[in-house]
Amino acid sequence: MNKKLSATLIVLAVALIALSMSTFVVDQREKAIVFRLGEVVSVKTEPGLYFKLPLVHNVRYFDARILTLDAVDPERFITAEKKNVMVDSFIKWRIVDVKQYYVSVGGDEARARTRLSQTVNSSMREEFGKRTIHEVVSGERDQIMDVLRAKTDLDARKIGVEVLDVRLKRVDFPLEISDSVYRRMDAERKRVANELRASGAADGEKIKADADKQREVILANAYRDAQKTKGEGDAKAAAIYASAFGKNKEFYAFYRSLEAYKQSFRDKNDVMVIDPSSDFFKYLKDSGGKRR
Amino acid sequence: MGLNDPQWGKNNNGGPPDLEELLRKLNQKIASMMGGKGSGSGNSGGNTPSPQTSAGIGLIAIIITLVWLGSGIYIVDESQRGVVLRFGKKVEVTQAGPHWHMPFPIEAVEIVNLSHVRTVAVGYRDNVKNKRLKESLMLTDDENIIDIQFAVQYFLKDPSDYLFNNRSPDRNVRQAAETAIRQVVGKNKMDFVLYEGREQIADSATQLIQEILDRYKSGILISKLTMQNAQPPEQVQAAFDDAVKAGQDLERLKNEGQAYANDVIPRASGTAARVIQESQGYKERVIANAEGDASRFTQVLVEYQKAPAVTRDRMYLDMMQEVMSNVSKVMVDQKNGNSLLYLPLDKLMESSRSVGSRLPSSVTSQSIDNAAQRAKDSLLSRQRGGR
Repeated sequence: MNKKLSATLIVLAVALIALSMSTFVVDQREKAIVFRLGEVVSVKTEPGLYFKLPLVHNVRYFDARILTLDAVDPERFITAEKKNVMVDSFIKWRIVDVKQYYVSVGGDEARARTRLSQTVNSSMREEFGKRTIHEVVSGERDQIMDVLRAKTDLDARKIGVEVLDVRLKRVDFPLEISDSVYRRMDAERKRVANELRASGAADGEKIKADADKQREVILANAYRDAQKTKGEGDAKAAAIYASAFGKNKEFYAFYRSLEAYKQSFRDKNDVMVIDPSSDFFKYLKDSGGKRR
Repeated sequence: MGLNDPQWGKNNNGGPPDLEELLRKLNQKIASMMGGKGSGSGNSGGNTPSPQTSAGIGLIAIIITLVWLGSGIYIVDESQRGVVLRFGKKVEVTQAGPHWHMPFPIEAVEIVNLSHVRTVAVGYRDNVKNKRLKESLMLTDDENIIDIQFAVQYFLKDPSDYLFNNRSPDRNVRQAAETAIRQVVGKNKMDFVLYEGREQIADSATQLIQEILDRYKSGILISKLTMQNAQPPEQVQAAFDDAVKAGQDLERLKNEGQAYANDVIPRASGTAARVIQESQGYKERVIANAEGDASRFTQVLVEYQKAPAVTRDRMYLDMMQEVMSNVSKVMVDQKNGNSLLYLPLDKLMESSRSVGSRLPSSVTSQSIDNAAQRAKDSLLSRQRGGR
């Protein structure tokens, strides 16, 4: 009985081993090639459970996901106006034709990467050489990326790879040019600052000058109006005087003279040297008022 | 096996010894139970213990099967989703709650945290001060260099896309962010990026990043792009600050001018109003004076015309009286002495000015010398006293 049991266990174990050797699983993330003694028999692109002949068939798996080739250091390129730019890019790629991929690069990802980066670099050199910095940085960035993608994809198909995207990350000036850019920016800002200050001073001065002008105008207008009013007053007064005094000119002269005398001699400081023979004193020496 | 069911893993690992012991005990019990009956027959057929052993093995098999099946139980948290793979092929996405999948090696589950917000910092790490200049410096449309730090927040929208389409989905976000921001900044002028256009830059960069990530079917949704910093590089920072200051100086100078104007113009208006009011006053005054004078003259004239001679004399004498009583007088009767008369008029005026009312108001020619002498003496003594 014991022997029977162990026998069934052994059979079961052998069966399990045989099963595991004759099946394989392709994951959602993978694609697989089945070889028969080195010869490619089938390519499994769909995930799931598959059968094979143990020992005769063997399986190689490849990543079916999107892979990234991200350059470590930026590369130096020359633009149409012979300026250097440092460019940093990344490539998104995916193995589409597993058999082709295996045949051309031996399923070696490093080899595929080298191949891709060479292609991208050479097409980048070409594209950058056709364009100015401004076009590279802003205007035609999208077009460059599209062209690079198309060119690289065309080449990558030969190794069973699809290039989904080639994107430029940094497009910068090399260090030595950066310094001169900084100097230019510095000078430009100084110019802006000076301009602002000068125009501020000018505006301030304009406002002040305008205020001064307004002041002069206001004062002058006021003076004019005041003189006009005063003139009116003077004229009216003159008319009143003339109409009143014109009634008896001789008496006015007398009346006004008396008034003037009173005004002229009203102070002790005024000294009058008098001759007693004057008309006023005619009674002083002679009560008859006779003239001597 | 999922991360969230370690008890199963433990059971599997720690299971065998426990189980063995348990089984042995069970075996012994069964053996003793059967042994009670079979002790008699056991002696007769000594080498046939098969029923006990086969029953034991059956039990072991059942338990192993149960444990194996139990290893397929897993729990998905509210914030997570479980992705079930059958022989490597995605079959379903499970929501929160307890679930069971067919045990290894048939099915497996991958649990992904969906709602957890992840952050990628571009241009800095951990802290804005910890800059990565390689990432943060970029060219603008007008070929200026600016320094930008920003953070991208994202979460997963599709767990199976996230798991199966990209080898390093989280690194995709940084790559997409870097290329997108440079593309957007490269299309805009520096002043726009630095000042008024920040929000717009962030918006279009977010859009572009999302587009790129969708192109890679990465299952990632960008929730927010926060601009931490957009500034000119350190080398030119001082000049930029100065330009900003200059802008403020401009405002200040204008305001100063305005302040001057606000001071000067109202003052001038005030002065003008005063001048005009004064002129009005002058006019009124002059006219009133004239009217008064005219009225007075006319009234006197009426009376004068009634008796001209008398009025004339009276007026004359009135005037003379008033004049004579006010002024200092020197009467010189030339008929009484023909010798040259010395009149120190200046002294007289001086004394009259300084002594004033103390001097007798009328001085005759006889006393004039004495008066002059006195006045002179008093003046001198006064001056001395004053010194």
